Amino acid sequence: MNLYGVRAIYKFEMARMRRTIMQSVLAPVITTSLYFVVFGSAIGSRMGAIENISYGAYIIPGLVMLSLLMQSISNASFGIYMPKFSGTIYEVLSAPVSYAEIVLGYVGAAATKSVILGVIILITARFFVDYHVLHPFWMLSFLVLTAVTFSLFGFIIGIWADGFEKLQIVPMMVVTPLVFLGGTFYSIDMLPQVWQTISLFNPVVYLISGFRWAFYGVSDVHVGISVGMTVVFLAACMATVWWIFKTGYRLRS
Amino acid sequence: MQPDISVKHLNKVYGGGFQALKDVNLEIYPGEIFALLGPNGAGKTTLISIICGIVNKTDGEIRAAGHNIVTDYRSAREAIGLVPQELHTDAFERVWDAVSFSRGLFGKPPKPSHIEKVLKDLSLWDKRNNRIMSLSGGMKRRVMIAKALSHEPRILFLDEPTAGVDVELRRDMWEMVRKLRENGTTIILTTHYIEEAEEMADRIGVIREGEIILVEEKNQLMSKLGKKELRLQLQNPLDKVPGELTLEPVELSEDGYELIYTFDAQEQQAGVARLLRTLGELDIEYRDLQTRESSLEEIFVGLVHE
Repeated sequence: MNLYGVRAIYKFEMARMRRTIMQSVLAPVITTSLYFVVFGSAIGSRMGAIENISYGAYIIPGLVMLSLLMQSISNASFGIYMPKFSGTIYEVLSAPVSYAEIVLGYVGAAATKSVILGVIILITARFFVDYHVLHPFWMLSFLVLTAVTFSLFGFIIGIWADGFEKLQIVPMMVVTPLVFLGGTFYSIDMLPQVWQTISLFNPVVYLISGFRWAFYGVSDVHVGISVGMTVVFLAACMATVWWIFKTGYRLRS
Repeated sequence: MQPDISVKHLNKVYGGGFQALKDVNLEIYPGEIFALLGPNGAGKTTLISIICGIVNKTDGEIRAAGHNIVTDYRSAREAIGLVPQELHTDAFERVWDAVSFSRGLFGKPPKPSHIEKVLKDLSLWDKRNNRIMSLSGGMKRRVMIAKALSHEPRILFLDEPTAGVDVELRRDMWEMVRKLRENGTTIILTTHYIEEAEEMADRIGVIREGEIILVEEKNQLMSKLGKKELRLQLQNPLDKVPGELTLEPVELSEDGYELIYTFDAQEQQAGVARLLRTLGELDIEYRDLQTRESSLEEIFVGLVHE
């Protein structure tokens, strides 16, 4: 295994985060803080508790998940798209690194950044809302698993995209609506039956539900199903990445 | 001697059906400077890209440093350094970091002393902490060479290394290439500057429409395909080439003051002696004479337009 190669890619990507700390860390932290202020403190204080959890605390897992998903996709897609755009991808393609090592470097760095960001947001949330974590191990496991899965998804988008617009389309047009409709601000039990059924086709429901369970022990769907769905999505992303490298799709002509 | 690069029956057909390479066979030996010449679109960059792993081959077998580039790609790629034609650099990186990144990517442990040597050799040491975007085009080209040399490759591909660089930098690069060769590095370069190939190459390959049409020692190529020309400035103009000279390929200039005799560079110069003797016999006096040998450029143009 070319560990030096993996380390080089990983370090390069982490250095990019440091260079763009305003965009990578500060911007999502500020955005999420605004959510906490508006929905958690201001509006939340006038809303009733959901399953005996204050509204402000109830939305924390969903808001962390929103940032985690968006940043995982954004970091990983940008990480692989930029070398394609600037042409420096030639160096990675001609280096003695395997496909798995390339993915490990780029996706590992993107997931690390997202996990760091998730933890920062959780710490920030503490300034606005009082919350607790019932299952810290599972909370961290969900955090890492989701970061890795959606970084892989972002990696796929970065390879697929042939312009900056396409990099933004999936996070803005697909992921954001799915997160907002996936139970970030409400329990899907609060929806009419037909919308509850439709919501079960939204994969983000399972992520938020599982993550919320790790915090408060309450969930919209069984935690086992949440873990299972996340692993299925992870496997689908891995299979797609494997196919990309096998065929050279948009990488090698 | 085992070749450093061995290409056998290589074909490349792109998705749209365009065949970029047609049954290419080529061997390049350790420590030589091999110049690959060809017009735009001839397949030079495709060939290099396939050997380096950037483009997939359609069929054929390639070995680099004795290793199959597909089944033993790690060992093959470890041996290769590539300086691509375009200036692909990460604008926001610092020079030192960019070069160190390349070394790590190619599986080598950090070795600051080597990076320092490469940067000093390429006159980049003073710029080591500069962001690449702040460098001139010529300096960026040096950074790309430094990146390619960072992992101490035994085979170096230079794809149009001096395109768009000034004369001074071009001379510096030639000097650097010679030094690398002295240290045992095999160098394969493509160039549009025939002067470059003439100056540096040991062997020359010419590629045209995806086919290697010639591989030859430079000196042999020059003597085999080169032409010599003898120009005689006459004392008095002639109306036409005298009949006694028609055995030789002699032409008369429009003003009648110059006789031009063209002959193969390889030939014994019996024709010249015969021509001068005949002129003496015909009492045709000349003021001056000049000979010149055709350049590699003229040979190349002749080959690719055949």
